[in-house]
Amino acid sequence: MRIRPAKFAAVTLLATAGVLALTACSPIQPWVKPYEREHLADPIMSFSRDPVSASYIDHVYESREGSRGATGTVGGGCGCN
Amino acid sequence: MHRRRNYARLVALAGLLLGCAQAGVLPDDRFDYLYHHYSGGGMNIQGPSILVRKKIGDHVSLSGSYFADNITGHVDTVSGASVDAVSGASTYHEERKQESFGIDVLQGKTTYSAGYIAGNENDYRARTAYASVSEDMFGDLTTISFGFTRGWDKVGVVGRTTTSPLERRNWQLGLSQILTRNLLLGLNFETSESEGLLNNPYRMVRYVDNQASNGRGYSTQPEQYPHTRTGNAGSGQLKYYLPWHAALDGNYRYYSDTWGIVGHTFELGYTQPVFHSWTIDTHARYYRQNHADFYADLFPYAFAQNFMARDRELATFKSLTLGLGASWEFHWTRLSWLQKGTLNLHWDRMRFKYDDYRDLRYIGVTPGTEPLYKFDANIFQFFISGWF
Repeated sequence: MRIRPAKFAAVTLLATAGVLALTACSPIQPWVKPYEREHLADPIMSFSRDPVSASYIDHVYESREGSRGATGTVGGGCGCN
Repeated sequence: MHRRRNYARLVALAGLLLGCAQAGVLPDDRFDYLYHHYSGGGMNIQGPSILVRKKIGDHVSLSGSYFADNITGHVDTVSGASVDAVSGASTYHEERKQESFGIDVLQGKTTYSAGYIAGNENDYRARTAYASVSEDMFGDLTTISFGFTRGWDKVGVVGRTTTSPLERRNWQLGLSQILTRNLLLGLNFETSESEGLLNNPYRMVRYVDNQASNGRGYSTQPEQYPHTRTGNAGSGQLKYYLPWHAALDGNYRYYSDTWGIVGHTFELGYTQPVFHSWTIDTHARYYRQNHADFYADLFPYAFAQNFMARDRELATFKSLTLGLGASWEFHWTRLSWLQKGTLNLHWDRMRFKYDDYRDLRYIGVTPGTEPLYKFDANIFQFFISGWF
């Protein structure tokens, strides 16, 4: 089943906005304290340890596939199709 | 009207984020020099990629990058397009260069980013501007970001002086969440809109023609694409710290657009530091998509539809990538300004298998019965990074 793009976008944005509206600015206590984040601060836990390599690989896939976006990187236009 | 309502929602969301400002950290000062080499399907692409990032004071970070693709391949003598499929033997050379400049400004827990990207090819010119804001909140457990990208491209044809415009707009939403002391969650959503000449002006579609002069039973005509395309992509990523000092990550992305393409991407990765200064990365990526509504490998006759495409990118296919990388960290005391550096080598092996795109190198068979096309590719990346 294919989800209509406009509906998908609207539902996702409204859901995100709703969650933020309920939780933003409220005094939520962090359940992982700063001194408990030693493992998370390790470079191997970075989502993008090598940005120049990640950007290049995104470009390789985007030039050969119909899907694009939601990778966390910004790319320029390309006449690669 | 509908687009205006969506835009109003996004502006309201950005305002909500800005209104609750609370932290952020600017990216590290670093430089990267990468050399990449792609070979597969009759194409060789190589070139450098350079990224430099430097903080100015405590609140501003500047970045600049340069990227080049030097392409050697074959012109498809059947379709006329410079594609991987080697159905012709005419070699061509092409170069693509891209420069970018970016700035990040940190204010409290909010980071504002903006930048400009310029890409140039002999028959394509791309100009892109982007802006984003990210916010750390809930005791820095959560980082949320919102971005907008706008592109103005000009599509040309070698030998002609006129160009056709192509405009791009992208909206991005991102969330990074600490779930436990060992588990991170990343969510990204992106809507993209393109408007203008979206097809490759060189590429042709083929249709059945028993009277064709080439004796193959088909003739060709230029592709005809819709002038607009809207796509939505959503992805989720988990990264888990393993007790023996290693990391495991999984990623899924869903994509769909108004051309009828639905794509699924699955990725699994494992990172293992070894011998104090080495890090080994392995990953696997599986991708599949169905074809666009107006795609066909062989149309029944000329002008069979309003819109017609024979682009592998719009076909039904699957691809599998297996990758291996090694990184060596070094400290060079002679260079006091260099905190650390890494030497990295990555190798990716890709396999593409098409379900409805046929290999036109096979002649003497009934059109539409040629073997399905498939190809393998190797990607090598060698890069050096330095933190200062």
